Amino acid sequence: MNQILSTILNAEFGYSVLRVTTPILFATLGALISDKAGVINIALEGIMLISALTGVIFSAISGSAWFGLLMAVIFGGFVALALGYFSLNLKTDIILAGVALNMIASGGTIFVLYLVAGDKGISASLASQVLPKINIPLLKSIPVLGPIFSGHNVLTYMAFLMVFVVWFFLYKTPIGLRIRAVGENENAADSVGISVVKIRYTALVLSGMMAGFGGAYMSMGYVSWFSRDMTAGRGFIALAAEAMGGATPVGGMLTSLLFGFFDALSNSLQILKIPYEFVSMLPYVVVVIGLVIYTIRKTEQAKRIQERAAMNVSEEIAALSAGSSGEKS
Amino acid sequence: MFKSLKLFELGRIVIAIVIALALAMVIIFFNSDMPGEALKSFLLGPLDSLRHIGNVLELMIPLIFCGLSVSIMFSAAQFNLGAEGGFFFGAIGASFLAVNWNLPPVIHPFIAILWGGAIGAVFCGIPGLLKIKWGASELVSSLMFNYIAFFFGLYLINYFLRDVNAGAMVSYPFGETAKLIKLIPKTKVHFGIFIAILMIFLSAVFIFRTRWGYRIRVIGKNIAFAEYSGINTANTILLSQLVGGFIAGMGGAVEVLGLYRRFTWQSLPGYGWTGVIVAILARNNPLYVPVAAFFLAYLSIGADIMSRQTDVPNEFVAIIQGVIIILVAAEAFLARQRHKLVVKEAMA
Repeated sequence: MNQILSTILNAEFGYSVLRVTTPILFATLGALISDKAGVINIALEGIMLISALTGVIFSAISGSAWFGLLMAVIFGGFVALALGYFSLNLKTDIILAGVALNMIASGGTIFVLYLVAGDKGISASLASQVLPKINIPLLKSIPVLGPIFSGHNVLTYMAFLMVFVVWFFLYKTPIGLRIRAVGENENAADSVGISVVKIRYTALVLSGMMAGFGGAYMSMGYVSWFSRDMTAGRGFIALAAEAMGGATPVGGMLTSLLFGFFDALSNSLQILKIPYEFVSMLPYVVVVIGLVIYTIRKTEQAKRIQERAAMNVSEEIAALSAGSSGEKS
Repeated sequence: MFKSLKLFELGRIVIAIVIALALAMVIIFFNSDMPGEALKSFLLGPLDSLRHIGNVLELMIPLIFCGLSVSIMFSAAQFNLGAEGGFFFGAIGASFLAVNWNLPPVIHPFIAILWGGAIGAVFCGIPGLLKIKWGASELVSSLMFNYIAFFFGLYLINYFLRDVNAGAMVSYPFGETAKLIKLIPKTKVHFGIFIAILMIFLSAVFIFRTRWGYRIRVIGKNIAFAEYSGINTANTILLSQLVGGFIAGMGGAVEVLGLYRRFTWQSLPGYGWTGVIVAILARNNPLYVPVAAFFLAYLSIGADIMSRQTDVPNEFVAIIQGVIIILVAAEAFLARQRHKLVVKEAMA
């Protein structure tokens, strides 16, 4: 127990929490944007994978990590656009279309990896680039805080910045308002002249671009290569994080951090004598527990609101009947 | 009227498959130095020897189990994707009995398969339970449980069943009595294919000829209607997930007892995901499951043979499978033609 505490209570651990939270946070924000428009983007997992490979390939070709990032984000948007076409135009169930895209991503990335790198496992033979780390001038010399918050990959800072950007976008811009309107009640939105399909396309593409950032981080920041199925369920975890975060940007950030915490814990506990399989299981178990606690709280809340409403109604009826009986007498 | 619509549905699936295969050809032509040869081994390779035909039949067995499992779970309109983990866990459960117990031949695999099924049922039942009890999304929780099943399963194998003298991370060898007999010489086709056929009929009877199956289908069509007509929807949903999980777990048990001498998997086998495609192609109808399973097994073995004989990696099959799912599940794909047909039938 002491050993666990000493692993958690040091600056290095804090640093690694932020490091592993980054891809989950990007994907969670992606899940949030599409959920606000009333569509479930289960393809986040596959999009991250495709973007991770895209980043590696284009950064290797051009020699520029930034170009790799750009292409990763664009590809992420394109795959989400395809998901939109399948679900909105061809009317494929969006969950099945997502399953299909994830399948295509898993096999397709290995296929492409083999064609460009000659290997089915890892992109070691490609000279891909890594996005820079940033040392924050004043902060880095402060003890404890410095080692935790300074020296991260540029995308880590961007992920947390994105929380604010997404919040601003969803709650303070006209298009954000439309996205939320479509998600709340598509018929009402439609009746005031909002094109539901167009808004959903927009939301999906933005959500795919978020996953694109997350994927690029996986292969050009978290590690410096692409390996098969390297996202390991982070896109799925993001769906749970988004739901648990109460479908708000800040809530999503907090739950992402929670999952990041357990992910980092599982990384550092591997040194201890706990079986590694147990430790690797930890983040997924936490997600399930978190999801259940969240839904229990939500159903209880709904119940309370209903009860209160029912009580109000019965009071009103009582008042009405009292009033009418008063008139009679 | 229904008959011609059914024919149209079949035609639609065929067209989707043709489009996907055309895409496959394009991919092969662009990526291979010897496209003719690659195409030939992809399309005809599975038929060119008894061994390859055997490969297709071997692969059909797990696909039938997973396809039936997903069909039954999806019939209640539950997107439980736990067949993958249920299959894996069923295989591990059966491995324990195969290594540790001593039973007479026939009875040994019988018990081991039922045990694998029971484990699979519990595994797929949990997301169902979380759904009916608190409304937790079965989609997300079953995806998480697949990872949990994987790591927990590896833990069980490595700490309780691992043969330290074997070099690799594998279990102790299975008892001879536990293995399923091989049916065709020179192939690995095993008795499991009969169990799979039996399960097809049992699943069809369950879904179409029992009150539980009827309730499951009503819930799948319209849960509000089911609720109002007095069906206990929570219990019925749970039942469908338990039955689906049971079949997936059986499939895992049959797979290891039929094909392997020890438990050797170091990653999830992926049959649960292919099972989703099987179920979609079969429209959740157990009787169509073997046809879909045969088709997908044929594709997959064709791609394996091609990647062995030529320079095209077999992973491109995943691309074709994905395209097939999307087109077959797409309501609007050829909807105008369907509409015309309906109008014509109505006028006649």
